[in-house]
Amino acid sequence: MHSRSLSVLFLSALPLIGADVNVLRVCADPNNLPFSSRSGEGLENRLAELLAHRIGRSVAYTWWSERKNFIEQTLGEDRCDAVMSIPSSLDSAGTTRPYYHSTYVFVSRKDRDLRITSLADSRFSNWRIGIHVVGDDYAPPAYALAHRGLAANITGFSLFGAYGEPNPPARLLDAVASGDVDVAIVWGPLAGYFAARHNTRFDIAPVSPAVYLGVPFRYGISVGVRKGDEPLRQKLDQALDGACTSVQALLRSYGVPQVAEPEGGKACGPRPPSRAASS
Amino acid sequence: MKISSLVWVKTILLTAVAAAISLAQIQNQPDDGQWTMPAKNYASTRFSTAGEINVSNVKNLKLAWTFSTGLTRGHEAAPLVVNNTMYVVTPWPNTLYALDLTKPGAPAKWAYQPNPVPAAQGVACCDVVNRGAFYYNGKIYYNTLDAQTVAVDAATGKEIWKTKLGDINQGETITMAPIVVKGKVLVGDSGGEFGVRGWLAGVDADTGKIAWRAYTTGPDKDVLIGPNFKPFYASERGADLGVKTWQGDQWKIGGGTAWSWISYDPELDLIYYGTSNPGPWNADMRPGDNKWACTIFARRPETGEAIWAYQIFPHDDHDYDAVNENILLDLTINGRLRKVLAHPDRDGRMYIMDRATGEVISAEAFAFQNTTEYVDLKTGRIKIVESKTTGFKTTRDICPAPPGGKDWQPSAFSPRTGLIYIPHNNLCYEIQGVQANYIAGTPYVGANVKMYAGPGGNRGEFTAWDPVNAKAVWKIKEELPVWSGAVVTAGDVVFYGTMDGWFKALDARNGTPLWQFKLGSGTVGQPVVYKGPDGKEYIAILSGVGGWSGAVVSGGLNPAADGTAALGFGNAMADLGKFTTKGGMLYAFALP
Repeated sequence: MHSRSLSVLFLSALPLIGADVNVLRVCADPNNLPFSSRSGEGLENRLAELLAHRIGRSVAYTWWSERKNFIEQTLGEDRCDAVMSIPSSLDSAGTTRPYYHSTYVFVSRKDRDLRITSLADSRFSNWRIGIHVVGDDYAPPAYALAHRGLAANITGFSLFGAYGEPNPPARLLDAVASGDVDVAIVWGPLAGYFAARHNTRFDIAPVSPAVYLGVPFRYGISVGVRKGDEPLRQKLDQALDGACTSVQALLRSYGVPQVAEPEGGKACGPRPPSRAASS
Repeated sequence: MKISSLVWVKTILLTAVAAAISLAQIQNQPDDGQWTMPAKNYASTRFSTAGEINVSNVKNLKLAWTFSTGLTRGHEAAPLVVNNTMYVVTPWPNTLYALDLTKPGAPAKWAYQPNPVPAAQGVACCDVVNRGAFYYNGKIYYNTLDAQTVAVDAATGKEIWKTKLGDINQGETITMAPIVVKGKVLVGDSGGEFGVRGWLAGVDADTGKIAWRAYTTGPDKDVLIGPNFKPFYASERGADLGVKTWQGDQWKIGGGTAWSWISYDPELDLIYYGTSNPGPWNADMRPGDNKWACTIFARRPETGEAIWAYQIFPHDDHDYDAVNENILLDLTINGRLRKVLAHPDRDGRMYIMDRATGEVISAEAFAFQNTTEYVDLKTGRIKIVESKTTGFKTTRDICPAPPGGKDWQPSAFSPRTGLIYIPHNNLCYEIQGVQANYIAGTPYVGANVKMYAGPGGNRGEFTAWDPVNAKAVWKIKEELPVWSGAVVTAGDVVFYGTMDGWFKALDARNGTPLWQFKLGSGTVGQPVVYKGPDGKEYIAILSGVGGWSGAVVSGGLNPAADGTAALGFGNAMADLGKFTTKGGMLYAFALP
């Protein structure tokens, strides 16, 4: 408990007025574990507290479902100063340096011992494959499989699911556990978190190749600020540098599968063990 | 309650009369000067028999009164006028205002607040719009963004019932105006962008109880296809096509929402509406025809039973929803009187179809397009241009863009000129590579869609179309997409508005501009015509730019930073802020 977080529920659609310099205004989804929850038990909640403490502020939340145009509706309409995790390559917001890199992963039942390592695996044509549908698009691995002519093998699971119930993304792991699908291909932090809390034991392995048909499966994740808000971006970058060890511990505690960052990165996360590790 | 029971008796009589006369008579009958539904009548002609304002005197039209909604999002609704009261539904939070037309300046009598949940704003794909209400039997019926239908006492503003039809937590919202037919309020969902499964529902107008629900995808029993289903073309026949034209379970998240207009033919006892695009966006992910997305359905209003269906765009890969209006007309084509529906589609073609059978009579292009060659009238199948298909590749110079040759903005038909007046777009797009995106903590890549002006550089057009000879008679070019509806009168004046705020009157016979007035904000609304308590003819329209096309202004999106804002529309509308500012206001005009 580094600092007391100040959780405020804004029912009004109006942006906050008279921003307090002692407050870090954060937009977060109220039901999106492992990333964030209204009760404050998500990775992003913990990171927000940690970073706010380091820059001498307290956290004030605006709860906002992370859907299409989330950045425009939150940072863009001045409902908050920062969002705790967005892809570093997103161009609609200012981004800190990535504080972790993760990947889409294969998830299968441990007792089936499938040992999947590659999208090129010929066994995919015999399997039912569960993949999240994010908004109007399938998650990236679906493109690679459809290109191999396996669109019929894919079962889509809405990432939003029944949003009124807890943890909608976890339904995909339930489907692997029940045998409704043979394998799921899931964004790493979701898989790591929900697999650790599931009754079933799973095998989890990073998707390779890392890029297929120009579609990347690995993403750096940054803290997002309003485009042009350099002062805050720099403060948060410094805070991330200073809190590097704590951030890494936090990521581990949420089971985030990390991949080696591109060379020249500044993060204190895992370094590439060798050139052969990926690709 | 006394007032409402009087109205009830009157409406019963009107309904009985309406059922007994032919549609042709409805098209031409003198109307009572009211405007009880957004499309004016079940045939959806948006034709007013009022003739006081005509081509000679419309130049003298003056502002009579105004009303501010106090809101800044897109105002797409048609106001209603019933018993000297005007009813206005606002965008979210979907307030219903009743304005007293008998008093100077038409002050508000009451306002009804349905209090939709704020989270609905984040779920709506394309601005938080509402397209209007429907008057029936002493009640005002309309839908709220959080997927509820309400019935409100037209006299008192008291809520009579409220029914939850969809689950906002699943991405379902409602933006369309319902229609009420034979005691059923007909409502369809929005949310094709969120992997929902589309439906149309019939709700009991008295109790609010859901009587039936017809899904767009899935087995015949869910689509309400039974033994009486007799589609015209062989490609639409066969068991469970709503499952078999998909791979695996993909139909469960297949889109096909019914978010726009419904028409009704009392003689044939059929309702007509179209369904939206299939999901997800990338067509390579969903091999097959993807029925019944992008389809026109004819159904029985009381049971929802499907009588025929025609899929306009099988395996849609351009977001060409088939949701646009169906105008019901009786036309003599090739010497034969045909009961037709006229459907100006997103794909840029005007479908003239036999509304009893579902046969396509003609399907010529009213907007510039290069994605299709023709519609085979024997098979009903549209001929796709292969080089303009999308999927795992870059495709450039595709016309029309996803908002179509025309989107929801409704056309009007004048029985005097025999022309359909189409407000529409002239937009093309390219789809290339992939772009990093992010939803619910999950990074992914989506199609990078950029839209821009079509040939000529103008983004909008207003076209007068001859549905018998299947050709344009005249066209007006507009700088911006024409995102407002049209209305035409027996004075041979046709009205529409532009996104830069000009409300215009043209000679319906030849397109000659006769009058224009600068509204405070651009308009994406629907003009209506009514007779005031003073016996004078009035024209009313909401201004307040927004909607999918206007989200650049009303939603504060930054197209300079992100050309793909508003699902790629941002690029085509980046300069909208130079033309207009936001703000909802109702304007009523009359002769001095």
